[in-house]
Amino acid sequence: MSSAAEASGTYPDRQRFPLLGALLADPFTCIALVLVVGFLVTALLAPWLAPYSPTKIDVLHKLQAPSAAHWFGTDHLGRDLLSRIVYGARTALMIAIVSVAIAGMIGLLLGIVAGYGPRWLDGLLVLVFDSLNSLPMIMFALAIITVLGAGTGTLIVVIAATSFPSYARLIRAQTLALKNSDYILAERLMDASAARIVFIHLLPNVVGPLIILLSMDIPVVIMVEAGLSFLGLGVRPPTPSWGAILYDGYTSIRAAPYMVVFGGLPLVLATLGFTFLGEGLRDYLDPRLQAGEPS
Amino acid sequence: MLAYTLKRIGLGLLILTFVMVAMYAAVFLVPGDPATVALGPRATPELKRMLTERMGLDQPVWWQIVEFFRNALTGNLGYDVWSNRPVSTLVMEALPNTLILGLTALAAALLIGVPLGCLSVVKRGTIADAVIGVLSVSVIAVPSFVVAIYSLLVFAVALRWLPAIGAGEAGDFASQARALILPAFAIAFGWIGYIARMVRASMMEVMGEPHIRTARSFGLPEWKIVSKYALRIAIIPTISLVAVGLGSILSSAVFVEAVFARPGIGKLITDAVNTRNYPVVMGTVLIMTAIYVSITIAADLLIAKLDPRVRDVFRG
Repeated sequence: MSSAAEASGTYPDRQRFPLLGALLADPFTCIALVLVVGFLVTALLAPWLAPYSPTKIDVLHKLQAPSAAHWFGTDHLGRDLLSRIVYGARTALMIAIVSVAIAGMIGLLLGIVAGYGPRWLDGLLVLVFDSLNSLPMIMFALAIITVLGAGTGTLIVVIAATSFPSYARLIRAQTLALKNSDYILAERLMDASAARIVFIHLLPNVVGPLIILLSMDIPVVIMVEAGLSFLGLGVRPPTPSWGAILYDGYTSIRAAPYMVVFGGLPLVLATLGFTFLGEGLRDYLDPRLQAGEPS
Repeated sequence: MLAYTLKRIGLGLLILTFVMVAMYAAVFLVPGDPATVALGPRATPELKRMLTERMGLDQPVWWQIVEFFRNALTGNLGYDVWSNRPVSTLVMEALPNTLILGLTALAAALLIGVPLGCLSVVKRGTIADAVIGVLSVSVIAVPSFVVAIYSLLVFAVALRWLPAIGAGEAGDFASQARALILPAFAIAFGWIGYIARMVRASMMEVMGEPHIRTARSFGLPEWKIVSKYALRIAIIPTISLVAVGLGSILSSAVFVEAVFARPGIGKLITDAVNTRNYPVVMGTVLIMTAIYVSITIAADLLIAKLDPRVRDVFRG
C-alpha cells in the first residue's frame, strides 16, 4: 500500500495511465498510435473529411494528376481519389469489425461447447478446428467465393469462417482450465445449472483474452479485404475499397502511376501502425511473445 | 516415431476428406444450381443441360462425391467446364511456375534473412541491431501484393529494368530468370524480416549456452562464434518454422501471380473463381490442400525428430 502511494507521489501521470505511459515512452509505438488513431478517425468521419463523393463519376476529368482541386488526382472514371481512399478506410474498418465480431461469437460459442460439453463433442469440434486451421487460408477463401459469389457479405463469411477456429481453440483452452477451478466446483456442488455456470461464471472470465486476440486480428482482416478486393473477389464496385483502388491503379499503372502510389500508401501505413502498436502492447503485456508470419 | 508418423498422416487424410466433402456440400446447399450460375442468366436450356451433364450434376450428390474421390485417386480431377481440358493437366502446367516462384522466394529470404539475424546478434545492443529490428517488423507488416505493385511500378514501369508480366519465354532460361526476380522479391520481402527476427531470437537463447562461453574464452572472434557455433543450433527452430511457412508462401503466390500475370496456380484458380469454373476450383483446391497438408506433416515430423518431447505427447 505504502509503496504504491509513494510511487504515485513520484510519477503521478504514469501511475494513472500506466499502459499509455509505457506505450508513449517508445517512439515507434507513439507513431503507431498516431497512425491507428488517424485510421479510426478517418473511417468514422469519412463523410466530413472527404472533399467529394467517392462514387461521383466525372469522365471529363478522368486520370488527372494530383492538383489543388484533387489532391490525390482522379481515377479512370474521374472519381476523386482522396475521397475514395477516405471512404475506403470506412469500408475496411466496417468489414474488419463485423467479420471479427461474428468470428469471435462463433469461436466463443463453439469453444465453450467444446470445453464444457461432452468428450465426444469436444473431439469432433477439435477435429473441425484443426482441419480448418490446416487449410491454406486463401484456397479455402477462394472455394467459398466460388460458391457464394463475390461481394461484401461473402467477404465477411470468408473472414469469419477462416478465423473462428483459432478463437474457438483459445476459448476451449480457457474453459478447460477454468472448468475444474474451485469456484466452478463450488457452484456445481450447490447444484447450479450448466447455463448459470457458463453464462455467469465462465463467460466473463474467457472473454478478456478473446478480445485482445480479436483486436490484434483487425490489421490481418484489413489486408485480407484489400487483397481479395484487389483480385476482384471482395467488395463489389463502386464501393470504395483500398484493394479495389489498387486494382484500378494497377490497370492504369502507365497512364496514372500516382494511383497505385496513393492507393497502396494507406494500406501500408495502417498495417504498419497496427503492427507496431501490437508490438508495443505485446512488449508491455508479455515480452516473450513474437510477431506472426508475414502475409 | 512410427506411431506418431502414422497418426499424423491419418489426420492429414481425414482433413483432406473433410475438406472435399464440406466443399461439395457447400456447392449443393447454395440456392441455384452451379450450371446456371456458371453460365449466367442468358443461357439456353440446351447449353445448360449439356453443362449439367458434363459436370455430373444430374447424379445424386453422394454419388458425385464418391465419383470425385474415386477419380481423384486415379489422377482424374474432372474437366475444365469451358475448354474441356483435364483439370490435372491444367494444374500440372501451372504448378511448376508456382513452385519455382515459392522456392526462389524462400531461398532468397533465407540468404538475406539469416545473415541479417546473425549481424543483429553480433552487433546486439547497437544502432545496427535496432535498425534491423525495426526494419524486420516493418517489412513483415506490408502485404506482399502491395510490395508486388510497388516493385512493378519502380522496376518494370519506371526504370524498365525487368519485365512486367508473364513467366518469360519458354525454353529461354535467362528470360525466365528475369521474369522471376520481381515476383520472388515481392514474396521474399516480408519473409526476410520474419526470418531475421526468428534467427535473432533463437540465437540470443543459444548465446547463453556453455559451449559458446567456452568458444569465447578461447578468444574466438564474435562473428565466428555466431556463424559457426551458435547458428548451427539456432537454425533448427527456424528451419521447422520455414517448412510450415512454405504453405503461406504459396498463398502469397496467388496475389503476386495476379499482379505479374504469371501463369501459375494462383492465376489458374483466381480465373476459375471469376468464371465459376467449379471443376477447376475443386481440383486445384484439392491439390494445393494436399501439398499444404503434406508440407505441414513433413515439418511436424521434422520437429518431432529434432525434439523428442513433441512425439512423446502423442504416445500416451
